[in-house]
Amino acid sequence: MIQHPYWVMFATIVSKEITRFTRIWPQTLLPPAITMLLYFIIFGNLIGSRIGTMGGLDYMSFIVPGLIMMSVITNSYGNVSSSFFSNKFQRSIEEMLVAPVPNWVILAGFVGGGMLRGLIVAGIVTLVSLFFTSLQVHSLAVMLLVVLLTAMVFSLAGLINGVFARKFDDISIIPTFVLTPLTYLGGVFFSITLLPSIWQSLAMANPILYMVNAFRYGVHGVSDIPVLWALALLSLLAGVFWFWALRLLSIGKGLKQ
Amino acid sequence: MHAIEIKNLNKTYDNGFVALKDISFSIAEGDFFALLGPNGAGKSTTLGILCGLVRKTSGQVRVMGRDLDQDPQAVRRLLGVVPQEFNFNQFEKVDDIIYNQAGYYGLSRRQVRPQLETLLKALDLWDKRDSQARQLSGGMKRRLMIARALIHQPKLIILDEPTAGVDIEIRRSMWQFMRELNQQGTSIILTTHYLEEAENLCPNLAIIQKGEIIANTSTKALLSQMEQTTFVLDSFATLDHLPMLPEVQLQALSATSFSLQLPKGADLAQVMASLQQHGIRVQSIRPQSNRLEELFMQLVQQPKAQQPKAQQSKAKAVTGQSTGSRPTSEV
Repeated sequence: MIQHPYWVMFATIVSKEITRFTRIWPQTLLPPAITMLLYFIIFGNLIGSRIGTMGGLDYMSFIVPGLIMMSVITNSYGNVSSSFFSNKFQRSIEEMLVAPVPNWVILAGFVGGGMLRGLIVAGIVTLVSLFFTSLQVHSLAVMLLVVLLTAMVFSLAGLINGVFARKFDDISIIPTFVLTPLTYLGGVFFSITLLPSIWQSLAMANPILYMVNAFRYGVHGVSDIPVLWALALLSLLAGVFWFWALRLLSIGKGLKQ
Repeated sequence: MHAIEIKNLNKTYDNGFVALKDISFSIAEGDFFALLGPNGAGKSTTLGILCGLVRKTSGQVRVMGRDLDQDPQAVRRLLGVVPQEFNFNQFEKVDDIIYNQAGYYGLSRRQVRPQLETLLKALDLWDKRDSQARQLSGGMKRRLMIARALIHQPKLIILDEPTAGVDIEIRRSMWQFMRELNQQGTSIILTTHYLEEAENLCPNLAIIQKGEIIANTSTKALLSQMEQTTFVLDSFATLDHLPMLPEVQLQALSATSFSLQLPKGADLAQVMASLQQHGIRVQSIRPQSNRLEELFMQLVQQPKAQQPKAQQSKAKAVTGQSTGSRPTSEV
């Protein structure tokens, strides 16, 4: 059976990405498992037992959805930004550029690879969390939709970062100075109802808050924000980033002279 | 049909550097064509535009009749590209690099497996197929890029200095491979700094300098325009003095060697006989440099106004095997 050429191109890019992140698994798949294990032990077990409940849930159950989302965000973003930049840096991206691969297939391939790493890490973190707490599924559809859209949004954002990056430092600036603060302030460890009202309003401007809360809703049925807002925001971000990234590829930003 | 037709091609980079100034040339289908020029002359820019890595400022490019602007994907399907610098992921395995490249052309592993085996065996890489690319020698990496460029069986292959830094034995085997490829009908455009390579392989050529084509003709026609050829001769005995001979100029290089400048049309056999008469017994004779190299230096060093008009004439479509002439001899 002859497969459609675009499907072969897409599958090639995705499988190349899978080969890459599984080849370097001690750098890609193991660290989130170790980090999250420490979070569960320290914040969940040791400190969490003294905190009691948060948002109507015991503290360990409260932080698990947030930590899973944190892993999805950092891994999807990190996979695409570093892989795309490495391809650019080594010039192996030219292998795709000289071939008849449409830009949307290149984009879909890198994003597919980033999403897969995000989802695999989410699976690993979920498995680790099961040693500490039991998880319920309030709405599988919301869980899947939120995790897929989040992985997509941050894979796209990672690619945009990779396009603009000129040196390796440039792919760590956004994760360090933007993503990490937004994630920590995005309701992973606390409910925003604990914040004074002015800070609550400010926190509402943080898109990661919506993702974490929507996923927590999918798991526990509890959220600080309306889930539909979160899904609308994620869809909007995915759309905007998709067309932005596609535009950058079609003008050859950082790729063609 | 032309393999490549370039009309009024211009390229000005963002920093204002004008790399190509309204160049036009064409390459016949089935040709083995050399694009020569000093570093920074515009060769790689021209090839970059052809394979889509450099955006042209203006002009028209057609590959096998397909317009680059109107049908870029069809053009890319027709091309195989061997770049000047290694541009593969050094941590990937040899066969993965080639399979992935096939994938970018929409060809599955199953479809290209026989072609991959043929190529790797022909290029002496079959035993290295499971090795990471970084473990290969420089020559092997060059051959890997050739295999990668041929996996989708392109009609036209772009070779940007394919034998740079490769030892002479491997270079000659690569020449043979490229010749056979050309004989099988693949059009080839080659850039190289080894002008012996161009003279050996390419029946037609263009010389580009400072973004302009200064010669575009058949290699044979270009070489026939050489005003003189310089040879280096070694004698059996120590030379006390060099005789004055009509037409030619002799210059001592060492106690037993001297150079001989032979003008176009002069009879070398007669010169050799005269040397013999003057008591100079010649042990060996060789060109001072490659003929094309000599001509190339003459062309790129003289101002444009002084370049012979005939050298700027349009290339005739000469296809097939190269002339293969090489004036090296031992007497």
